[in-house]
Amino acid sequence: MLGRTASSLFWMTRYMERAENIARLTQVGHRISMTPDSTGGYREDWKSTLASAGCLDAFAARGTTLSAAEAQRFLVFDRDHPSSIRACLEAARNNGRSVRTALTREMWEALNSTWIAFAAIDPAGVGPGAMAELLDWVRQRSGQFRGAMLGSLLRDEGFHFCQLGTFIERADNTARILEVKYNVLLPAYEAMGGERDLHQWDTILRSLSAVSAYRYFYRDRIRPRTLAEFLMLRPEMPRSLRFCCDFIAPSLASLATMTGGGTQSLPVGEALASDMRVADLDDILRGGLREYLGEFLNRNAAVAQATAADYHFD
Amino acid sequence: MLKKQAYSTGNATVCFDEMLNEDHTPRAPYRTLFDWLLRQTPSGIRAKQAEADAIFRRLGITFAVYGSAESNERLIPFDLIPRVIAAAEWRFLERGIEQRVRALNAFLHDIYHRQEIVRAGRIPSDLVNGNDAFLPQMMGFDPPRGVYSHIIGTDIVRTSEDGFFVLEDNLRTPSGVSYMLENRETMMHLFPEMFAAHRVAPVERYPELLRQTLQSVAPAGCDGDPTVAVLTPGIYNSAYFEHAFLADQMGVELVQGADLEVADGALWMRTIRGRARVDVLYRRIDDAFIDPLNFRPDSMLGVPGLFDLYRAGRVTLANAPGTGIADDKAVYAYVPDIVEFYTGEKPILKNVATFRCSNPEERAHVLTHLEELVVKEVHGSGGYGMLIGPRSTRQQRIDFAARIRANPSNYIAQPTLALSTCPAFAAGGVGPRHVDLRPFVLVGDRVRVVPGGLTRVALKRGSLVVNSSQGGGTKDTWVLED
Repeated sequence: MLGRTASSLFWMTRYMERAENIARLTQVGHRISMTPDSTGGYREDWKSTLASAGCLDAFAARGTTLSAAEAQRFLVFDRDHPSSIRACLEAARNNGRSVRTALTREMWEALNSTWIAFAAIDPAGVGPGAMAELLDWVRQRSGQFRGAMLGSLLRDEGFHFCQLGTFIERADNTARILEVKYNVLLPAYEAMGGERDLHQWDTILRSLSAVSAYRYFYRDRIRPRTLAEFLMLRPEMPRSLRFCCDFIAPSLASLATMTGGGTQSLPVGEALASDMRVADLDDILRGGLREYLGEFLNRNAAVAQATAADYHFD
Repeated sequence: MLKKQAYSTGNATVCFDEMLNEDHTPRAPYRTLFDWLLRQTPSGIRAKQAEADAIFRRLGITFAVYGSAESNERLIPFDLIPRVIAAAEWRFLERGIEQRVRALNAFLHDIYHRQEIVRAGRIPSDLVNGNDAFLPQMMGFDPPRGVYSHIIGTDIVRTSEDGFFVLEDNLRTPSGVSYMLENRETMMHLFPEMFAAHRVAPVERYPELLRQTLQSVAPAGCDGDPTVAVLTPGIYNSAYFEHAFLADQMGVELVQGADLEVADGALWMRTIRGRARVDVLYRRIDDAFIDPLNFRPDSMLGVPGLFDLYRAGRVTLANAPGTGIADDKAVYAYVPDIVEFYTGEKPILKNVATFRCSNPEERAHVLTHLEELVVKEVHGSGGYGMLIGPRSTRQQRIDFAARIRANPSNYIAQPTLALSTCPAFAAGGVGPRHVDLRPFVLVGDRVRVVPGGLTRVALKRGSLVVNSSQGGGTKDTWVLED
């Protein structure tokens, strides 16, 4: 397999995962903006949505006034913003297109038909009702693509590059959402109580499609401590940091075995995964939650860099 | 859907129809298809057409249209009615094509060596040595098996029962073969009952034959199974779909220039395991771009040093650089002489009469008969930069005459051929539409011609331009077995 092919597979699944994550974040933002709020309207919430999507600075650089419509347009349709849903779907499709031969027909059709349908949408014609539907559709399409991949792709090197793209992106996304809202996860926060907190916690869970999973798992009301544990350390939660690492490390190991390489990526990936397995929430809180998430983001990015170096991505 | 009377009067001018005789009875190869057409309803056909379009769009079988900003990927319209070629007709075409490609490869070998054909006075020296398509860097080099053009698409038009003419020999990087293959797949999916009623020669072996052909021309020093790769300019190239499709079907890597490097006397591709050797490169980029050290220095698509490696016999390029001299439109007029010179036989396939504007007498004839002729640029392609006399306005002819006078050697002219027509679906039912045919030929250890080809069809009534960039479509092409 060509190094470029590996790189394209990695970025294809990364962008598809990112499109889904942005769709979910935008949905949450959209939902909040429909909820009346006496303490300052929706502005602050869109700001934190943009921050969770990692593009608050990019938005600010446009110099446009923050409004629900502008934030959504930016997150969903902006052609020049590299993490808009539009840009992600196009990048996923172009990466897939450049390695057509490494994809199954099912994967390619899922990727291609998604982009074709999305590109045909006129942003001006998408009202609030249609927007909710569109964002649902993006998530469904991402699910379909992933299903096609899991159901049809040969378990060779290509599959593992796809897995790495998906889970490195997902871990990055979860860590960013938590980083933006880390303060509401601190135990001290619970003591303050109130409607506002419930709302914040609910928002975090929704951003990770984890509301009913949380309720089912803990059979309890939302508490910041269990919430932090659920989203960072629980191996059962498919968007938790731990869960992602549990998929990243074995794919790195398989690649190392198949190719006889992986000298840089395997050690950093396995170290991160084993640290996550033994991590203790109290230790994390003692050392500082925000610092911990920042370090996690750095280590996750280092795994991606080492993978690119090991497998000649460019 | 098909109305005999309306169909027969559907042709704007007199020409040969491949389905119906003048007495409105179907020609032998079309009998079964004709009966089938009579039974079809417009709504049934519309449904199948929509299904076919959806298949192509989903598979990403699109092409890029240069200069079309609003949508850079478009579907080539696909017409559902197959074109049928009888077994005997095909045998004739096959013999003619094989003779022609053997002669053209011999011609290439000769002009890049002793130029016997020039010495013999059969073609002017300047036509070869003064031609932009002639590549002096190829002089004296012997490609494996002496083959220069391995993959060829010979454009053929028909004007009567026996009247087949070669319009163009595409010896550089002909495209379209993926449409031949996907059109067939789509037709078999949509109309299995029609395949049960006909004995259609299969085309799906093409990728396997292509791989065999490419492996058969590996460098002499290559041991073991030669590694083949397809070199593409990338996803923005109009034929990218085809490059990916062929690599996939052959089970070989699809590479870009940046994936390759020349080192230690070999060509390597960068893989996740380090470098891997490439023996045969099926390159789908033009000569000028293959190697920035030897040709255009601004090329980002090629591989520095690739041509030197090729000349050292360490890698095979298919097609060889410099084959453009043999499909040059000015050389075209001499192909019948070329066939005779190298094979000692009369050409089986005819050429279209061609006037060279570089010749003062012929130019005078062209300038006074513009309204009857088709004028083409010598190096043009894709139906751009041409004048179709009978369809032109007075002003267009005046403009074109000025261009010819300014640069006569850049133009040739041919009589406007009454291209044959085949049935195609149109808004009002089934109507005759002009077609051409591009069979695909492979030359390696032997010559292989897949029974079929790409039929291009001018979907506008009366139009003679079949190019996809100008509103043409494609059809599945059925060669019947006896």
